[in-house]
Amino acid sequence: MERLPLERKVLSENDRIAAGLRERFAENDILCLNLISSPGSGKTSLLERTLESFDPSERVAVLTGDIQTENDAKRLARSGFPVKQITTGGTCHLDARMIEKGLAGWNLECIDLLLIENVGNLVCPSSYDLGEAAKVVVFSVTEGEDKPLKYPSIFFKSQLMVLNKIDLLPYVPFDVELAVRNARQIHRDMEIVRTSCQTREGLGDWLSWLARQRKKPRAAAPVS
Amino acid sequence: MHEMGIASSVLDAVRAEARRFPNGHVYKVVLRIGALAGVDPDAVSFCFGALVLGSGLEPLALEIEYRSRQHVCAACGRSFAAANEDSACPECGSADAVFSGGDELEIAYLEVEDGAPAARA
Ligand SMILES: Nc1nc2c(ncn2[C@@H]2O[C@H](COP(=O)(O)OP(=O)(O)OP(=O)(O)O)[C@@H](O)[C@H]2O)c(=O)[nH]1
Ligand SMILES: [Mg+2]
Ligand SMILES: [Zn+2]
Repeated sequence: MERLPLERKVLSENDRIAAGLRERFAENDILCLNLISSPGSGKTSLLERTLESFDPSERVAVLTGDIQTENDAKRLARSGFPVKQITTGGTCHLDARMIEKGLAGWNLECIDLLLIENVGNLVCPSSYDLGEAAKVVVFSVTEGEDKPLKYPSIFFKSQLMVLNKIDLLPYVPFDVELAVRNARQIHRDMEIVRTSCQTREGLGDWLSWLARQRKKPRAAAPVS
Repeated sequence: MHEMGIASSVLDAVRAEARRFPNGHVYKVVLRIGALAGVDPDAVSFCFGALVLGSGLEPLALEIEYRSRQHVCAACGRSFAAANEDSACPECGSADAVFSGGDELEIAYLEVEDGAPAARA
């Protein structure tokens, strides 16, 4: 018997493609964000509000992933910005190759901000690097305060948590402080904003976070 | 459920390595999964079991080395396995700790029988 050390990442092929994407984003000075949440937490709504807030001259593009339907792309295309739907046909997450394909036909020189809406799923998307500068987890107040503890991976890997649907707080028993404490237990330095896509409360905090990221110099090195 | 994809990637990696041992047999692959990897070890085992049948690689066992979340205490330097609910240092009680592991999703090693490796292509 012989022990043969490999020490190789299981998703090394995805990581390789993601590294290539990250390099292309850096070359073209693109900020790419990967939005992840449970189904229905408000990713598309947040993107709708975000696109509405932009001047039409902004160089923004969106890739949105779903298992089925073009619904989200249709909603987002009303903004007038380039939007492409990626239908995974059953796969519960986007992977780097899907992003590579989704970008085909777009001139990256004409994009400054690429927003990716992942498939609604709090688990699987966290394993797949898409070449993004940061993951953003959207978490809504109807989901229970313990989600960060139950699904630690995505909270650990996200730079920002958007606590959405805060307009519903009067109607649901949800302890915001506890949810924040749970999130910080998993990821001490995570940034947190509270939003409502309904009343627009807190959207300014999200937009300022976004503006700050856009000003940051782009790192070419992969964040693992 | 992305564990099928994970299991299939593991099998691909074993298949590639197995070519280096034309006269031997890879009989075990050891996968390291961290608590923060977002992967369910039982589901990976289940999918792996299904995929390995008829793969031409059997008998091939999968062993999973599960790693809990690892912290190093910023106050006293002690390394410890941190629970999600409570990650205070067991030595000094400090809550100030630096993450040091537990997000792995790696193939650690293979066990090969009778394996003089062929020269790498
Ligand atoms: N009250 C309230 N409802 C919201 C808010 N944000 C989104 N919603 C509603 O929640 C539902 C789901 O929102 P989407 O934006 O489609 O959620 P999603 O995360 O894109 O969903 P999937 O793509 O299917 O995973 C819709 O009915 C939205 O109108 C919010 O801040 N407050
Ligand atoms: Mg959506
Ligand atoms: Zn200590």
